[in-house]
Amino acid sequence: MMSYKLSVILTALIIILFLPALAHAQLTPPQEFRAFDTPNDDGKSLSLTWKVSLENDREGVYYVISAAASADGPWYQIDKTLSTIGYKSDFPQYFGFGDDNKLWHFYEASKIPDVMDPITSTAYFRLAVTDGTKTVEFPNMVSFAPQGNWFDKSKINILIFVIIFSSLILFFISLARRNPNLFIRHIPGLDAIEETIGRATEMGRPILYLNGLLDMSSLSTIASTSILGKVARKVANYDSQIKVPCYDPIVMSVCQEVVKEAYAEAGRPDAFKQDNIFFITNDQFAYAAAVDGLIVRHKPAANLYMGYYYAESLLIAETGAATGAMQIAGTDSITQLPFFITTCDYTLMGEELYAASAYLSREPLQLGSLKGQDISKAFIIFVLIIGTIVSTAESLFFIHLFKTF
Amino acid sequence: MSSDIFVWIAAFLTIAIYSFLYKDNPLYKAAEHLFVGVSVGYSIVILYFNVVSPRLLVPLFQEGDWVLIFPALIGLLMVSRFFPKYDWLSRITIAFVLGISTGINLPLIIQASLLKQLQGTMLAMTNLNDILIVVGVFCVMIYFYFSSEHKGIVNSVSKIGILFIMVGFGASFGYTVMARISLLIGRLEFLFHDWIHLIK
Repeated sequence: MMSYKLSVILTALIIILFLPALAHAQLTPPQEFRAFDTPNDDGKSLSLTWKVSLENDREGVYYVISAAASADGPWYQIDKTLSTIGYKSDFPQYFGFGDDNKLWHFYEASKIPDVMDPITSTAYFRLAVTDGTKTVEFPNMVSFAPQGNWFDKSKINILIFVIIFSSLILFFISLARRNPNLFIRHIPGLDAIEETIGRATEMGRPILYLNGLLDMSSLSTIASTSILGKVARKVANYDSQIKVPCYDPIVMSVCQEVVKEAYAEAGRPDAFKQDNIFFITNDQFAYAAAVDGLIVRHKPAANLYMGYYYAESLLIAETGAATGAMQIAGTDSITQLPFFITTCDYTLMGEELYAASAYLSREPLQLGSLKGQDISKAFIIFVLIIGTIVSTAESLFFIHLFKTF
Repeated sequence: MSSDIFVWIAAFLTIAIYSFLYKDNPLYKAAEHLFVGVSVGYSIVILYFNVVSPRLLVPLFQEGDWVLIFPALIGLLMVSRFFPKYDWLSRITIAFVLGISTGINLPLIIQASLLKQLQGTMLAMTNLNDILIVVGVFCVMIYFYFSSEHKGIVNSVSKIGILFIMVGFGASFGYTVMARISLLIGRLEFLFHDWIHLIK
């Protein structure tokens, strides 16, 4: 009796120990194979999903995906992927962050080589699983036609932020129109601009103004041209001179317009000299060499470097410092800020450059924008605090709201 | 010494540019003007062969992509700047460039400069590095808050923010100086190895 019981227990143990291996030795047809339009795309791919399988998903097993432009074929193998990779959970931009996404395999088919690249009309798919010796196929083929999506839902958080921030800015612009005395804190570098212009007038020397090395699509260049307008107006009032060597021809055209308008506003359109705003070259170091030459030959009383800079920043600012000019820099180029800080009398760091224009002009449009941005910043600080607390409590829901793709 | 005439020209121009370290002089002026002239000429040729020809002339005149006539016309308006009476036409081009770039940049900046940064900063405060990142970002943001005078607690927090900024700048400064030294070594190697063969 004892030996019978022992043999039953041993048999059960053997079955328990070897059952997974027996099961692994088999392949089962992929389950619930589906094709559908890839969400949030331009209509040039299709998505394929099928159920994760304990039998199939192991080392050495592959899923083989075949495709055709017609149900009758011809069929082309478009991919052979490891069975242990490629899950819906890897693509939260399409399927979100649900836990059940780990139970589905996912494959994005974007082309049928030599037939349809990219996939733009109905495509047919077959799925098989193979371990190299044996191949098992999903019984039915699946098909779908891709469609372009007008709206990428994975970017909805960006849209919400754009709406929130734009609304805040518009609200504060209207507020600034009613009350132009909205408070902005003192920015030391900007107070010095008036001083530099006065100094240049007294010394009878020009002011050099650089816009950085980016084109008009850059925010720092836009901010720089805006500050140039305020500086040029003061220069016109003082009857001093401003020279603006440009790196980009379109920036040069914008600067010419801005300075011309500033002189007109100051009631000195006759004093405007278009030749003082000129293009040099759009080669970085040739530009730096030319500006260095300009600084040592014209010896400007003040150099203003506003905009985005690269490696030429120190070459230019150091030459300016050597000539004894008063220098004010403003840039959002983080790598070049240290060089400006060491060589210039005042440096506007990052957002101070954007704030500068509003601070100088007190125009409702710019003042309101700055206030709106400040409130947006307060909102971001609030989100940051909440996010940090939630993250420390190991909850990911709040963090996922800010995930971008 | 090198027998290659182009190595001699390059060495001469290198020394001419370096002569600026002493003071402005005719050699530097010559090299500077040559550098500017060559770079402008080169960029015009590159622009023609990489942009104007493959993106405008070939599609427009050889492939019949007539819709390109509109961007071409908008671009041509910039030429109006040579005629003071009609230079206002160039504003259309400038407005177009500004409008397009602002529209494209707005969502990109929200994505790259705001949401990605927020995501990278909302950290579980379980180690010193993460605590430093969160505290640093918070203090620096307070520094860049313009609607409040830097007084009292705001002043203290923003001073901590400036401390974080300066530590970051110090590291950046050292890193960049190292990169510049390697550029100098590259030039010296050219002079002493490629030109006068003093270094083997």
